[in-house]
Amino acid sequence: MSTSTVQGAGTGATPVVLDGTRAALWLFGTVLLGVALYYFIGIDQGATSIFGNDTHVHEFVHDARHFLGFPCH
Amino acid sequence: MERQFIVRGMLVGAFAGLLAFVFARIFAEPRIQDAIDYEGGRDEAQSLLDRAAGLPVAHEHADPFSRAVQGSVGIGVGIIVFGIAMGALYGVAYALACGRTGGVKPRALALLVAAGGFLALYLIPFIKYPANPPAIGHEETIRDRSGLYLLMVGVSIVVLVAGAWFGQRLKPRFGAWNASLLAALACAVVLGAVMLVLPSLGELSANVREFGRYATETPQPLTDPQGKIVYPGFPADTLFEFRLYSVAAQAILWATIGLCFAPLAERLLTSGSARSKRTAEPVGA
Repeated sequence: MSTSTVQGAGTGATPVVLDGTRAALWLFGTVLLGVALYYFIGIDQGATSIFGNDTHVHEFVHDARHFLGFPCH
Repeated sequence: MERQFIVRGMLVGAFAGLLAFVFARIFAEPRIQDAIDYEGGRDEAQSLLDRAAGLPVAHEHADPFSRAVQGSVGIGVGIIVFGIAMGALYGVAYALACGRTGGVKPRALALLVAAGGFLALYLIPFIKYPANPPAIGHEETIRDRSGLYLLMVGVSIVVLVAGAWFGQRLKPRFGAWNASLLAALACAVVLGAVMLVLPSLGELSANVREFGRYATETPQPLTDPQGKIVYPGFPADTLFEFRLYSVAAQAILWATIGLCFAPLAERLLTSGSARSKRTAEPVGA
């Protein structure tokens, strides 16, 4: 049976859909991307800064940062 | 299949961010402007006091973007990119949850994962360290505040994931309903204990040194040397409305992600299993 990627099909419940290292790489890369975006919207040029003593990212997304619940100056 | 989940997650995330932005533009921006006006008036009153006392007057730093840009394109890009990021993480969480959550159906799982994201990445950290409008938040504590907030986010994620695992372990003995309730109770107890242990922002040593003992960093009334109030504390109604709209915007964002992803996931999973059944049959037969 080649149902290793889709177990439990037919019961209506969600099946296991992940298989192998390629899936793991996709998931890992996506988490990295999501965390990077989260960092630039919420944290950068506040507590820590990647571009040194610059505030363009911070000031541009300033209102969003406050409104989304992140700590701000 | 993970790729389809991720791409769809990011697309619904962008759409959810767009809706949250429209809400923010209409409801939150006026309150954000109120807060900035309060801050401006307070700074003016402070420099009058400083001048009267013969102290050097602090100068305003120039902002690289105007209020008009910050309050339209800036907040728009910020919330939509945040939505994309949350959608990406949501797609990963959904792919990982598939097949590990008992008899939950694809559409119900989509809503449960969205509820988990809303709780872990926003609402639980918000309960301890709520969103603050401009004018609230001392510059010298930004490191501590960011660290504490991210710690709350991290703890919430770990506790909710552990709670889901714990619930699955309890299910054979207590049944799905009671196992879910017990796991939720365990999560609440652990999270409550963490919130008790972590300091309030007003208790940070830099704040106690500078301002005395207060629970938060919300500005108190400004007084002259005789103790007369020359500028009021931060308006309570503005603070309440800002926080209410902040919660509402995140609820809109996560509800949109869950509701839009649900039919997409169902189509993916049912067509996927139908396909694999077709290909599997000749082998099994």
